[in-house]
Amino acid sequence: MTNQHIETELVQIGNRSEQQTGAVNPPVYFSTAYRHEGIGISTGFEYSRTKNPTRALLEDGFAKLEVGEQGFACSSGMAAIQLVLSLFRQNEEIIASDDLYGGTYRLLQQYSESYGIHTQFIDLNNVEKLESAISGKTRAILVETPTNPLMIETDIQAIAAIARKHHLLLVVDNTFLTPYLQKPLTLGADIVVHSATKYIGGHNDVLAGLVVAKGADICEKLSAYHNGAGAVLSPFDSWLLIRGLKTLSLRMERHQENAKKLAEFLRNRPEVENVLYPNKGGMLSFRLQKPEWVPLFLKNLQLITFAESLGGVESFITYPATQTHADIPEEVRVSRGVCNKLLRFSVGLEHVDDLIGDLKQAFAKIVQEELV
Amino acid sequence: MASLREFDTKLVHQNTYVDKVTGAVNPPIHYSSTFHQTAFDQFGAFDYSRSGNPTRKVLEDTIADLEGGTNGFAFSSGMAAISSVFMLLSAGDHVLISQDVYGGTYRIVTEVLTRFQIEHTFVDMTNLDEVTKGIQSNTKVLYVETPSNPLLHITDLKGVIEIARANGCLVFVDNTFMTPYLQRPLELGADIVLHSATKFLSGHSDVVAGLAVVKDAELAQKVGFLQNAFGSILGVQDCWLLLRGMKTLSVRLQQSAKTAEKLTDYLVKHPLVEEVYYPGLTSHPGYATHHSQAKGAGAVLSFRLPDRECTKAFVENVRIPVFAVSLGAVESILSYPATMSHAAMPKEERERRGITDGVLRLSVGLEHVDDLLLDFEQALGKALLVKKETVNHS
Repeated sequence: MTNQHIETELVQIGNRSEQQTGAVNPPVYFSTAYRHEGIGISTGFEYSRTKNPTRALLEDGFAKLEVGEQGFACSSGMAAIQLVLSLFRQNEEIIASDDLYGGTYRLLQQYSESYGIHTQFIDLNNVEKLESAISGKTRAILVETPTNPLMIETDIQAIAAIARKHHLLLVVDNTFLTPYLQKPLTLGADIVVHSATKYIGGHNDVLAGLVVAKGADICEKLSAYHNGAGAVLSPFDSWLLIRGLKTLSLRMERHQENAKKLAEFLRNRPEVENVLYPNKGGMLSFRLQKPEWVPLFLKNLQLITFAESLGGVESFITYPATQTHADIPEEVRVSRGVCNKLLRFSVGLEHVDDLIGDLKQAFAKIVQEELV
Repeated sequence: MASLREFDTKLVHQNTYVDKVTGAVNPPIHYSSTFHQTAFDQFGAFDYSRSGNPTRKVLEDTIADLEGGTNGFAFSSGMAAISSVFMLLSAGDHVLISQDVYGGTYRIVTEVLTRFQIEHTFVDMTNLDEVTKGIQSNTKVLYVETPSNPLLHITDLKGVIEIARANGCLVFVDNTFMTPYLQRPLELGADIVLHSATKFLSGHSDVVAGLAVVKDAELAQKVGFLQNAFGSILGVQDCWLLLRGMKTLSVRLQQSAKTAEKLTDYLVKHPLVEEVYYPGLTSHPGYATHHSQAKGAGAVLSFRLPDRECTKAFVENVRIPVFAVSLGAVESILSYPATMSHAAMPKEERERRGITDGVLRLSVGLEHVDDLLLDFEQALGKALLVKKETVNHS
């Protein structure tokens, strides 16, 4: 059946894959190795690092969702980034957004120091700067949109045009919006990466990464390194991700609906300096009026969890300064807007009135405790 | 923790679970059959996992909270939950039970309980006069499913509960089709709520599980005794998966019900469809009663095609729904009661109850409604051709 809606594709991942029993859900193949009928005869499966039937369902299903050619499931989001970085060699350069997830920033710094693969961090929305940053050594542009945690959107199509002109690979981290809300490969990107720990898994219980690429040459290289380096996703975690994907559309709709209402609520609070929300997805950031309010506010949250990570059914508030962005030097961090008043809010699936109630009581306690 | 007012919030926060040692947001899977005891003569909260397990307890507390009860009990299947609580009865007791009860429950009541001299009478629970007439001096339990399976008959819960109260009987309600998101029988006065948690609560066609919830301390003690004594408890991995599934219960059920409504509108107008059974239709005889006791019509509907040949053509051509038993999943599931849930029933008995060879039950999943409508349109079109052929040949 062709051209089904994404909602339908999502719930049907893995269904009709099992021929022997008709099981609606694919089995979890806890098998590291696969028997050969004879020399040179293979079922397509040999060793689970190379290919595992449960992981293959996830990889194929997810590649289809992102409209790519091949998918690669990795043991974490950072393992997925590392898989993409395997495409580059010494003295080659990458251009990345200057508002980037701290873990990616840390890994890129390490690649620069250890392997001589250097990254320039610039404001990708400044086309002139981007054009002038491109040199003969540049191989790729790495985009997060919206960015983490400042929620700045980048026009993927515009960057794709520049990348094409200079024969660069365009890599997009699509963790925040997922293919339900944004499909970078249809906008001109070559590779999409995900921390699937977030919305794809969706339940704060699986650590995983996904890469989807198009182009036979790139897919072949990624495939070789995926198997060679071996940071692959386990069969059970692959199965849990498939299970998570089945409710992705419903979850994203509710995350977004709640986030829109919370952005509105926060904008009207005197304790809040400003709200950063691109009006799509379930992530928003906001700044309190004073940095000294942050610990009081976080301490008094009763429903919303103060934790790192995002994209799960439970609401999380993160303090980038000491959590996600702790590895970026303070002056660099603050100059980029990730100041000590900034909080990042991953809006969950709770009833929005309960979330607003929790924020209200936490704001009230700030005022009380400050008076004391 | 602030008191959680809204059902959706309770779902996501699983009874306020926080791992005290690590702060983990999700409860760990406690694969431990036994537990260290620190005192010589006083055991801790957990001693042996059949009696109680920390992962299972999170699930049991969660369902109790959601159903408005005090104690929950997790079993290895819906039937394990149902058969375990029936063991509250003793030889000589009598059960009054819906005549269109689920086949598995029918089997336990007619073939197992009878061996312990526990009697039963099947009645039309939608008719309160019949219920009153069916009460005997030894009746201890009134057993209700509403909406019923597969024709979605509606029983007036408050009416049945009132009759039970007047006669000193307990009321057991199988709440599988509605879930506490849409209907909370304990709040209406029922004594035990039962679930095949395999269905909407888990929701992903991957866990087999049962749940029972009570709101009375003495009854809780008795059900707990039976759960521990028989030991048909739910394994910890499945407890954890069920908790995971329940986090999206409200969004799943909302979406599926919305799609069910649209499909119903479509089916009602289709020339080949003779009848649509869905409590969301204002023409449904139980519409008013249902909406007085439940928040919505749910995601299960049945419909009748003219005959077996048309039904066969439809089933063979429909592509998206899984043709299978079970219900309450992310995938739409199409069932054929004549050979599936009601196969054990003699044909004339089955047809007398309205379950003809043309009746199909649909559990609506999360596919996009337009894909389902398109699929139904083409499959019903094929079935329509079969009907025309039959007419031409006769």
